[in-house]
Amino acid sequence: MNRLFLKGVKHGIPIALGYLSVSFTFGMKAVSDGLAWQQAVLISMTNVTSAGQFAGLPLMLAQSSLIEAALTQLIINLRYALMSLSLSQKLDKSMTTPHRMAFSFCNTDEIFAVASSQPEKVGKWYLYGLMSTPWLGWALGTLLGAVAGQLLPEFFRTALGIAIYGMFLAIILPPARKEHPVRVVVGIAVALSLCFRYLPVLNQLSSGFVIIICAVAASTIGALLFPVKEDAA
Amino acid sequence: MSWTSFFPYLIVMAGVTYLIRMLPLTVFRKEIKSVFVKSFLHYVPYAVLGAMTFPDVLYSTGSLWTALVGLVVAVVMAWRGRSLLTVAIGACLAVAAAQGVMLLL
Repeated sequence: MNRLFLKGVKHGIPIALGYLSVSFTFGMKAVSDGLAWQQAVLISMTNVTSAGQFAGLPLMLAQSSLIEAALTQLIINLRYALMSLSLSQKLDKSMTTPHRMAFSFCNTDEIFAVASSQPEKVGKWYLYGLMSTPWLGWALGTLLGAVAGQLLPEFFRTALGIAIYGMFLAIILPPARKEHPVRVVVGIAVALSLCFRYLPVLNQLSSGFVIIICAVAASTIGALLFPVKEDAA
Repeated sequence: MSWTSFFPYLIVMAGVTYLIRMLPLTVFRKEIKSVFVKSFLHYVPYAVLGAMTFPDVLYSTGSLWTALVGLVVAVVMAWRGRSLLTVAIGACLAVAAAQGVMLLL
């Protein structure tokens, strides 16, 4: 079981590296907008969601209603429900209810993606390992950004910004190369995402909604055109 | 921001986000039998990551050109099946190198 934990820790390192730069930016912005560094770090330690945190920041500072804060998180983070549902089919017997409740706290886009890209079912030791490094990276990056944001040369930070996408590509491309259906699904999702970014009217939608729409549409088309045989899912 | 006005927001934001993640993972215990639903869920991660990567990757470094260099390097390495960490570091180094070249020009 320690071997599985370490495997998870190792798989979490690239995620943690990507998180460092994103949460660094969050910490820096939170403090320059008026939060104490402890508050910025506390947000990161409890929320672990980049888009949600960036969106929540101005609401807190403007003392908006708590309902608005709750709704914003719901819309931006609703995609996690989809991921949790998908991941629920990949958990082995060791994931009893308390472990599911503990792990789901850290089911981010990246942790979910790496867990689902494993060839076999995943269990508690692997998942706890997989969530530990990114969570530390997320908290540490926020701390560094909050207390020392202005010190680090921009050169460093900008280069780190692409790390997360490099990781995404490393997850998508090998199966896309092998399986035609995955290529089609990814192609549709990307095409829709580009439409929602660049076409008028469509680009008014919040990024959380865009991801849900793209994922649901592309996965539905994929499921209709290329049903998966047996237990490949 | 004062701690008394900070805490309600912290609790609401963290609570909503947690429930969204926790409920589907905890409630769905049985294996789904429907081929359609299984296939749908099988494709979700690829669709989510595709939509999150494009076009955002192009704006991840603050310069379209350095991002393109990093993207091309990442695509080539990922296509060849390199590990996550290798691709992530390779993309960062490519961006750093491109930034260096742009400073010299």
